Amino acid sequence: MMKQIFTLATLVTLEALRTRFFFVIILWLLTGFGLALFIGQITVIETTAYQSSLLAAFLRLSAVYVVSLFVITSMVHEFHDKSIYLWLSLSIHRATYFLGKFSGFMVIAFITAILFGSALLLFVPYLQVGLWTLSLLCELFIIIAVSLLCVLTFHHTVQAFSAVLGFYILARSIGAMQLMTQGPLNNPQSWIDPFIYGFINLLAMLLPNLDRFTQSQWIISHTGSMDNLLEMIIQTIIYVILLIAMSLFDLYRKNL
Amino acid sequence: MIQKQRSIRSLPKRVIGLLILSLCLQITWHHQLPPSQAKIQPLTSPPKLELLQLFSLGDPIVSAKILMLWLQAFDTQKGQFLSYQQLDYNALQQWLEQILLLDPQSQYPLSAASYSYSMVRDPHKKRQILEFIYQQFFIDPATRWRWLAHATILAKHRLKDLPLALKYAEAIAAHATPDMPYWTQEMRIFILEEMGELERVRLIIGGMLANGQITGSNEMKFLSDKLLTLEGNK
Repeated sequence: MMKQIFTLATLVTLEALRTRFFFVIILWLLTGFGLALFIGQITVIETTAYQSSLLAAFLRLSAVYVVSLFVITSMVHEFHDKSIYLWLSLSIHRATYFLGKFSGFMVIAFITAILFGSALLLFVPYLQVGLWTLSLLCELFIIIAVSLLCVLTFHHTVQAFSAVLGFYILARSIGAMQLMTQGPLNNPQSWIDPFIYGFINLLAMLLPNLDRFTQSQWIISHTGSMDNLLEMIIQTIIYVILLIAMSLFDLYRKNL
Repeated sequence: MIQKQRSIRSLPKRVIGLLILSLCLQITWHHQLPPSQAKIQPLTSPPKLELLQLFSLGDPIVSAKILMLWLQAFDTQKGQFLSYQQLDYNALQQWLEQILLLDPQSQYPLSAASYSYSMVRDPHKKRQILEFIYQQFFIDPATRWRWLAHATILAKHRLKDLPLALKYAEAIAAHATPDMPYWTQEMRIFILEEMGELERVRLIIGGMLANGQITGSNEMKFLSDKLLTLEGNK
């Protein structure tokens, strides 16, 4: 089983090399550096803080975008050229096939996070960069798992990517939404407000707290610690297992 | 495999005619349009903090930094330069406040208020932005004192309003921390001296020397000399 997973993961990495995925990553990096230089020219004070935080935000969103799109297009391609049928006709369990693909995408995410993280070394101490990079990696693992789940469900790039985008925006803003429902705008007399409050809390319970991942505060104030890292790793493990279970549930039910 | 393209001559004449016609139409259409006019957008009030936090996607610091750069560049629109006189200072103050709420550790908004927006000619607007700096100072005196110190200088030299400068200087002195330079506590002495309040100057210097606030030998000598001069003029 391990050998099959390794083979599938190697094929995914080869696909990334052949489709010039890392060339795109380098282009994003160069664009990020250009942005940082531009910000350096227009800021009056706190130049390094502005450069590092905006570059980090740009790289984080770029990583999520490009890795998610790679996972989705790779899997859509797999469905369209029927290679998934070929794989499953061999003596490979569906779970092995899924884990092989997932491992390959994890390798891609790892290289992407390392490359993007190293760009921040120009502005931020290496310990905080290390924490930021690990956090980005955890975020990317969750995004890969969500992308796989969505592409197995929808089979089309537009639908799957829209769902991933929706998930990401929701997971990053759910904390602010919860605060809004608890704020002075909440009217306990109205019947709709408790309903919205309950719904938002339910969503928050089901979503990972991505707003606590890859924080700009670590980049600017250097406040990231091992506690943050431990919290993120536990959240990532729990949520990735949940998403893998959901994806396998869907994959085994498919009449392929 | 590279496929050889057909010759242009093989294209139907109607297709070439349509291409030329549509190109001419596009050029004609473009020329008949009125020239674009630069319409200056006024600065409107910012959205509520909760909304800004929601659109921050869990990262309010980055939003604060993007908003600050946008606000800084607001006086340059479509190649037109606005004077600070044309800016709505109520809206500007609200934007700066929201940005500070999103990222309280940033010094950029108060730096912009103190060094850029306070350069407006209108004394009313100048007073308004200085008052904003004064209000914000109390939230975090240990890091925001330098902007109020600059506001004190502006009130004294630009507005020539000594009571206002004294109010700011006394606020700094009242919230002084050991990290602040001595001159921040001494500003009120010079303002009071200029106001002719020599008795109060004597009391302040005497108090500073007596309670051990000043530890630097040069500072102590300076204040002692000042006190002696004032005593001599009595």
